[in-house]
Amino acid sequence: MKHTITTAIFAATASLATLPALAEDITVGLLLPYSGVYAALGNDIEAGFRLGIERYGDQAGDSIQIVTEDSEAKPPVGLAKTRKLVLQDKVDVIAGVVSSGVLGAVRDMVDGSKVPLIVANAGNDEATGAQCSPYITRMSFSNQQVNRPMGKWMHDQGIQKVFTIAPDYAAGQQMIGAFVDGFTAAGGEIVGQEWTPFQKTQDFGPYLAKAKASGADAVYVFYAGGEAISFVKQYDSFGMKADIPLYGAGFLTSSLYVEAEGPAAEGVIAALHYVPTIDNAENAAFVEAFTAANGRLPSEYAVHGYDAARALTQALAAGATDRETIAQALRGVSFDGPRGATSIDPATNNIVQPIYVYETVRGEAGLTQKVLATLPAEADPAGGCAMAPAG
Amino acid sequence: MSQDLGFWAVQTLNALQLSMLLFLLSIGLTVIFGLMHFVNLAHGSLYAFGAYVAASVASVAGFWAGFIAAPIAVAVLGLVLYVTLIKRMRRSGPMPQVLITFGLIFALLDLTRIIWGDLALGIEVPAILSGRVSVLGVEYPAYRLFIIALGAAIYAGLASVLARTQIGAMIRAGVDNDAMASCLGINVERLFFLVFCMGCALAGLAGAVAAPLLSVTPDMGLQILIPTLIVIVIGGLGSLKGAIAGSLIYGFVQTFGAALAPQLSSILIYALLAAVLVTRPTGLFPAKG
Repeated sequence: MKHTITTAIFAATASLATLPALAEDITVGLLLPYSGVYAALGNDIEAGFRLGIERYGDQAGDSIQIVTEDSEAKPPVGLAKTRKLVLQDKVDVIAGVVSSGVLGAVRDMVDGSKVPLIVANAGNDEATGAQCSPYITRMSFSNQQVNRPMGKWMHDQGIQKVFTIAPDYAAGQQMIGAFVDGFTAAGGEIVGQEWTPFQKTQDFGPYLAKAKASGADAVYVFYAGGEAISFVKQYDSFGMKADIPLYGAGFLTSSLYVEAEGPAAEGVIAALHYVPTIDNAENAAFVEAFTAANGRLPSEYAVHGYDAARALTQALAAGATDRETIAQALRGVSFDGPRGATSIDPATNNIVQPIYVYETVRGEAGLTQKVLATLPAEADPAGGCAMAPAG
Repeated sequence: MSQDLGFWAVQTLNALQLSMLLFLLSIGLTVIFGLMHFVNLAHGSLYAFGAYVAASVASVAGFWAGFIAAPIAVAVLGLVLYVTLIKRMRRSGPMPQVLITFGLIFALLDLTRIIWGDLALGIEVPAILSGRVSVLGVEYPAYRLFIIALGAAIYAGLASVLARTQIGAMIRAGVDNDAMASCLGINVERLFFLVFCMGCALAGLAGAVAAPLLSVTPDMGLQILIPTLIVIVIGGLGSLKGAIAGSLIYGFVQTFGAALAPQLSSILIYALLAAVLVTRPTGLFPAKG
């Protein structure tokens, strides 16, 4: 009963807020972590988003205002900030959300108040699976999407036995789970798995010794941020790279922090939906503009922000004017972007994009990414998502 | 079987390496606590600060310059903290001390973010320590052996200073009964100051040593704080023997826990901590009997 009332109140405030829609002033709430462990990601996404608005904002034909809020990557804070954006700032659309935990916390709020949310990072499978919502559109990736095709690709390269290591939390399990599905379906064998306590593991030595003793042809891992740097350096320091090549979900050697890993990252092969060296005209323009504005190469996080902005401007250009129409229009977004052909699957509201297999190699100006293969785009299975078709 | 032996040899070395890193951190904290009855929760932040200084200096002047600069810089930071905050807080009881040093954690965290940014930094191991050495029949990274040797050397050095020198006797007297020590003409306040700066320098050294092994991130100080506190609580507050024993126990339980019972590894150490607190509430080797 209480739930119904709150939903009714949300609906009422939502409709009140969106009624005027005068000169098409669109307000975007950016919900990103500017402090805490994901602060670097938040800053990169915002830089990408602002660049996207700058580049494509004219096509929208509306003036776009941006309000930023710090989610601190904490679910309760993220929820409070979302309330503020929806009820006080009366934003037309929210973009951002790095942590899957925050996405889980704000999901019912945005769904209930019917405010469109463009997810610019968080990759948990449920957000476009069992927990999907017509108001939540994801322009980043899903955990399974990045890893599943890599399983088949690695088996095609003649790798038979793999040892997996990942942090013990939802994203780690989904990433590795999807890889294992793909790899075993192709005929490969998993000879061992290790789950390290999330953000509590500093010494990977014990796990590396087990991987070494397992007799695997390759090690496949998922780590991101500080843990990725520690892992890659320690893997190399034990001299394992020569005997057992290191593969992983591409966040492992993200261009955002690969320089901190140094020579230890050379030769690591990983799968990701974006690297700065993808060879197409859109990406060349994006890399040039981003580098000029920020003095560094864009990472996959920056491209999430950039494409989220582009999706929004495309929705506005298609005639969307308020929360409801923006949410509907976002579901039909499709363009050729820095990542290649990018579109939204209206069945789940998840992005459909190619996956790039890349090797980290030494280039003229430090470490760079050499694209080895482009794996064709595949829409995720519905995974329990049932919503009304886009109208 | 020989491969099995090699596996256990590597794990033993891993455990020793982790123990020594924790020892460098916990020794400063435990002596400061034992001598000054001062709870410095910001000790982990000093370690992070040391790692950042090491990373910055190393990027221009090489690893060894950073290795030397970090303890000095952190000792200077400790000096500033002592003069501005800690001296005033000396007599104010544990609760205000915990609150103020807890606040310091966040102030220092944001300070490192403002100075060095949010992106993780990394430094390379110096060439002489970058390879692998054959010990106990296994190839082991030279840099990790260096950490083990450094920790052992610092332990030996501190043990002989505490046991055999006059200043060591003064520190022991101060830990035992500071009022009596100052009656005997020891300037306990100056001793505190010296020990505090020394403890900070060791935290800085630990940061410099950890920097090439781990990534240098703003929250690394927070991550190491809990293990360090566990070490000194298990070992017993204020004693060198307690710090080394606690570090070794933590290192071995953590490493072999991860190798043998990975599902339990994150709670094993807390279970041990609880067991120690129940049976020996003052830790295994408390400074005071």
